[in-house]
Amino acid sequence: MKDKLFDYIEKDNFVFNLSGMTKLLCFLILTFTVMFSYDARVIAGVLIFSFWVLHVSEIRFSQIRVMLYYVLVFLAINFVLTFVFSPQYGVEIYGTKHELFTISGRYVMTREQLLYQGTKVLKYLSVIPLGMLFLLTTNPSEFAASLSSIGVSYKASFAVALTLRYFPDMIRDYNDIALSQQARGLDLSKKERLGTRLKNVMNIFVPLIFSSLDRVETVSNAMDLRSFGKHKKRTWYAFKPLKKADGAAFAVSIVIALISLGMTFFVNHGRFWNPFIS
Amino acid sequence: MKKLFEFKTKTIVATGIGAALFTLLFMFVKVPTGIPETDIQTAYGVGSFFAAMFGPIAGFLIAFIGHALSDAVQYGSPWWSWVIASGVSCCIVGLVYPKLKVDEGICTGKDLIRFNVFQIAANVISWVIVAPVLDIVIYSEPANLVFTQGAVAALWNAISMGVIGSLLLFLYSKTRSGKGSLSKE
Repeated sequence: MKDKLFDYIEKDNFVFNLSGMTKLLCFLILTFTVMFSYDARVIAGVLIFSFWVLHVSEIRFSQIRVMLYYVLVFLAINFVLTFVFSPQYGVEIYGTKHELFTISGRYVMTREQLLYQGTKVLKYLSVIPLGMLFLLTTNPSEFAASLSSIGVSYKASFAVALTLRYFPDMIRDYNDIALSQQARGLDLSKKERLGTRLKNVMNIFVPLIFSSLDRVETVSNAMDLRSFGKHKKRTWYAFKPLKKADGAAFAVSIVIALISLGMTFFVNHGRFWNPFIS
Repeated sequence: MKKLFEFKTKTIVATGIGAALFTLLFMFVKVPTGIPETDIQTAYGVGSFFAAMFGPIAGFLIAFIGHALSDAVQYGSPWWSWVIASGVSCCIVGLVYPKLKVDEGICTGKDLIRFNVFQIAANVISWVIVAPVLDIVIYSEPANLVFTQGAVAALWNAISMGVIGSLLLFLYSKTRSGKGSLSKE
């Protein structure tokens, strides 16, 4: 088990020097653009753009390798399941039918289905670099500041900051407890029956959760004693002031979103790009 | 008297630490059921316990932050429809909060039944209605696929909340001393 959620390695380049607020906004704008659009051309554009930004930000492949594997496995399962459950969904969406080959019964592969599932794969692939860019290039201390600067209540933002702060502690506690319980003969693997396994999980949870509740008590007392939450607003030590580059990055994201919306409303007249209508 | 939507310092801290726990369990502690890709997520059991202890806002934020964070770390980007459904499920469980007196050491059979009624309703609403509908609206996934996935998720999460959540509430009430437990000799 990793003892860190992700590695933040500071670098000095365009992407790292942007304010966390800009990166969060751009991430949200671009992911919503990709999620909304079903136009393979727009999505492929965003995919290439986001991999280019990933290159500019000097994130190494080793930092995102594990995630890439997870997503590929997920995509493969989703691809098969979609076809098994709805082999004619593409036909339903696009309203045309071009058969390629028949597998059996209603399982007829059509060009529409291939386009639909291919677009979906592109969609999910193109959001990975976007998420990575935000996660790996933003100082964790700046997370809360950027959330609160886009209008999230500072108390909720502070909860996120606490989550990131206490995650490594929780992993350490969990490992300590799990190892000492396993040394006493506790088995969590498939060799045990389901009921016994749940009971064994409880033997780890009880100490873990009760010690966390004690920690909640300690930390909230410490914060109360320092008058947390007295005022309506607060300032953030880690907040980076906005510069010209932030405006530029924001403008680029808005332009991409507008292109996508323009394609939706004026070219495709709907969320789906259908090249099969002649 | 406990108010349903209060947001004290303690709620904030419980949210932060609860979300850290949720992320950890969501990523690493799953009980395999033998059917591939359908593990019992122990995180929901703990999430429902925190929701019942600290209210609906804490419940919503714990599941929302925890699920979004672990998705972001594992898959690069959160799967928003399910992240929202997670938040909704723990938020609904949190509605039981003003009725429970677990932190005063009281946890009767009636309280546990009440908790379980809320958690089953929460799971049905969020996984059979909210998650599939959002999947269809946001991601245009095929309907019968997402409703099947939702039903399976509702079942396993209800088991997780029912077993782990109820046990934690009961055990925690045993460690608390109640009001007026001291007597004059």
